[in-house]
Amino acid sequence: MWQFFHKLGSPKWFYGIATRLMPWLLVGGIALLLAGVVWGLAFAPKDYLQGNSYRIIFIHVPTAFLAQSIYIMMAVAAVVTLVWRMKLADLFVRSVAPVGAVLTFLALFTGAVWGKPTWGTWWIWDARLTSMLILLFLYFGVIALAAAIADEKSSARAVAVLVLVGVVNIPIIKYSVEWWNTLHQPATFKLTERPTMPAEMWVPLLLAVLGLYLIFGWLACLRMQTGILVREKRTRWVQELVRTGGH
Amino acid sequence: MHPIRKKRLTIVLFLLAGVAVAVGLTTYALRQNINLFYDPTQIAAGEAPVDVRIRAGGMVEEGSVARDPESLKVVFNVTDFNQSVTVEYTGILPDLFAEGQGVVAMGRLQPDGRFVADQVLAKHDENYMPPEVSDALEKASAANGKPATTQTKDASY
Repeated sequence: MWQFFHKLGSPKWFYGIATRLMPWLLVGGIALLLAGVVWGLAFAPKDYLQGNSYRIIFIHVPTAFLAQSIYIMMAVAAVVTLVWRMKLADLFVRSVAPVGAVLTFLALFTGAVWGKPTWGTWWIWDARLTSMLILLFLYFGVIALAAAIADEKSSARAVAVLVLVGVVNIPIIKYSVEWWNTLHQPATFKLTERPTMPAEMWVPLLLAVLGLYLIFGWLACLRMQTGILVREKRTRWVQELVRTGGH
Repeated sequence: MHPIRKKRLTIVLFLLAGVAVAVGLTTYALRQNINLFYDPTQIAAGEAPVDVRIRAGGMVEEGSVARDPESLKVVFNVTDFNQSVTVEYTGILPDLFAEGQGVVAMGRLQPDGRFVADQVLAKHDENYMPPEVSDALEKASAANGKPATTQTKDASY
């Protein structure tokens, strides 16, 4: 296990693994996401109460789900950065923070579009919406801090501490709908119970979530590879790689 | 594990625990401000301030909605199945507003206990279902002689 962990810290090894993984992640991700979204938007039954407007759930839930799990992954990478000083972990945080920010924005945006016809308002300062907005600002903070410090080592440490401090927001987002009175409804997917919606609604939703996970994996590999090439541009294997055109 | 790494890991865990405690205490102290609305039990217990703009939330009581034929005024009771509050509102209600559905109303509590709202928002739960299923449920509960409702008991309003 430790051997695998240390191998994971090698940029060259990671670059090779990522190259092999990426086509699978991309093809699988597009297939699952397309299946889930098309099924959900065009074929799933409409809701007895909201009619067709509930269908935005097939976009809203996957983006909100990923926005939070990306932050958790960043927090794990931040611990690795602080304890083991692994450069790839820091590179992961830098590479995926913009992806997380975009997905958080999409979750807030689709939520507003959904809220107007159902609740009657675009925005309300309830605990769920506010903590999600804080998550967006945390992502902005991480991106800004990562770009602000020139020295690689101190930048990595500062970013990791910020990510770790921000991770307390994640349980607040998750449990906001249970701890406080909110306008937002409780979670659609719970870890311990079966979803309360019928299978022809939750299966496409699950497919869309899994598909977006795979596409995120592809995007993370791509962005980390680019980061590795920039950081390791003086090493022999990168110069070799560039000379041979990646073959 | 290397002793230096163990030390660093301890520091990280202390950092996390410290931040969690700080945020936990802050949100605990601010819990009344974080709650979006007062529920009818809190209002009946006198926890909500009178004549201050607040939100009240709960389920619209079955059979309580009365519309004024001359204007847009509507009066209904909001309940949490324990206490209820009479809400007066003049204006257009959201599409999802219905008896047995959750609402959050913004307005002022009057000294006589009425709640005069200037905004009513609809709240829905996480139980999505196709119309046929909901119809079947309603028929089944009508056959049992119970009031037709598609809400589950533990669903938050």
